[in-house]
Amino acid sequence: MAKLLNVSSSPHVRSNDTTQGLMLDVCIAMLPATAFGVFQFGLNALLVLIVTVAACVLSEYVYETIMKKPVTVYDMSAVVTGMILALNMPANIPLWIPALGGIFAIIVVKQLYGGIGQNFMNPALAGRCFLLISFAGKMSSFTLDGWTGATPLAQLKAGQSVDVAAMFVGKIPGTIGEVSVIALLIGAAYLVYKKVITLRIPVTYILTVAVFAFIFGQQDMTYVAAHICGGGLIFGAFFMATDYVTSPITPGGQIVFGVLLGILTGLFRIFGGSAEGVSYAIIISNMLVPLIEKYTLPKAFGREGK
Amino acid sequence: MNKYIERLYNGIIKENPTFVLMLGMCPTLAVTTTAINGIGMGLSTTAVLVFSNLLISALRKVIPDRVRIPAYIVVVASLVTIVQLLLQAFIPSLYESLGIYIPLIVVNCIILGRAEAYAAKNGVAESIFDGIGMGLGFTVGLTCIALVREIIGGGAVFGMEFIPEDFRITIFGLAPGAFFVLAGLTALQNKFKAPSATNGSVAPSKLACGGNCMSCSGSACMANHAALEEIRAKKEAEAQAAKKAAAEKAAQAKKEAELKAKEAAGKEE
Repeated sequence: MAKLLNVSSSPHVRSNDTTQGLMLDVCIAMLPATAFGVFQFGLNALLVLIVTVAACVLSEYVYETIMKKPVTVYDMSAVVTGMILALNMPANIPLWIPALGGIFAIIVVKQLYGGIGQNFMNPALAGRCFLLISFAGKMSSFTLDGWTGATPLAQLKAGQSVDVAAMFVGKIPGTIGEVSVIALLIGAAYLVYKKVITLRIPVTYILTVAVFAFIFGQQDMTYVAAHICGGGLIFGAFFMATDYVTSPITPGGQIVFGVLLGILTGLFRIFGGSAEGVSYAIIISNMLVPLIEKYTLPKAFGREGK
Repeated sequence: MNKYIERLYNGIIKENPTFVLMLGMCPTLAVTTTAINGIGMGLSTTAVLVFSNLLISALRKVIPDRVRIPAYIVVVASLVTIVQLLLQAFIPSLYESLGIYIPLIVVNCIILGRAEAYAAKNGVAESIFDGIGMGLGFTVGLTCIALVREIIGGGAVFGMEFIPEDFRITIFGLAPGAFFVLAGLTALQNKFKAPSATNGSVAPSKLACGGNCMSCSGSACMANHAALEEIRAKKEAEAQAAKKAAAEKAAQAKKEAELKAKEAAGKEE
């Protein structure tokens, strides 16, 4: 009998998920897009990736050692931040720029706010926007096969026609990770299969962008498809908007979040000054997450009637 | 320490308006794109601050308490107009680059803050030195921020460029950079600086206000504080007197009792 009474306090059922395991899954899911980027843009893309990841991990290690905090390098979160940031870079960028972005992302956006789980916006995207504002020219010059060209979204904005099939496969200029929709979808399918992410945020996000482009852009299926496949939308929707720390945890909130992202992205793309708007849409929505969660909190049992 | 030098030290180091008091953030964030702008803004504010402290301190017994804020604003606004016209006449380039932030000195919280917290309660000479100290502290703060932003964002020091265009981090010249640099420098001063009001090296006081009566002298709470002290002292004195009286009474009672006992003993005999 004495043994039966020896019960610990709740929770009694624990899952085997660890931060390290989840982060590893995200890394694996990004591998197809990374491999495609390296295949398409050459070894420089691989160098950018290595430098960015190294900068993120090292700056996390150095900061936590200096501040005498527990070192959280082994949970892989810095690796994920580094990979996302690197996949958001053009392949021919001077290597010190992604390194600077990695240091900014980890130290200013993540560690100064308290480390993993405490950052109020996605560190990789904040790092990317930091670089985009600072080095606008270098961050938006994309080269493919030794030829610098406009991205399909920029062409679309200029009123030219684009090849959606090439965009789906990835034979277009762009950042290292965003070009190939098919490689990204393979990774996303892995994440959904492993239940790392749910489809609520990505699907509402992409649908909202499609509807927005249809209503406010051109009533033409190729145009809408180009908006979905173009730019960082697929990459952003599956890999960046679904970051646990900076997205709502309530199911209703996730749908509101996705719609908000879609509207902001559509606004920036169709009415804004530049051709792309996924990064800004995500970091702006990140800051609205506490508000969204406050209004979508489910009622506790017994309080539904009130 | 001489009280005038103490005021200067207080303004520049101990209660630096930018890094410790966090006052006047609007010009701090807006005009610190180049070091020249920082110094210009700081010195214009210093000039206004010194004269507003002087005038308000001199008029402190004339200004009725109820309308003191409008009265301060009138004084400050007149001074700002003078400074603005002088800048426009003699340093037009600085006038152009500071733009709207010169007229906005009128509502700068350092100026109103010092008028309310210091000049309205202290003598003219101390108030002038308080103005100089606070003004110089503001100038130093703005110049530090502006130097860092100009070097990182613009690759230059006082307009002399030395970093090639490719290696400039443009964001430091824009609004977000101002926040980064302000936060970074404030953190540094909290870590390394001599004791200030915010970095915890001042001996803690049991009073909620921190116990620094210098900043409250003359105000209502200070008067209350003094009155409470007086009442406490009075009560203590009364208690002591009562104790003394009681002791005397007891002694007398004892004497009387002894006397009675003696008498009783005499009767028995």
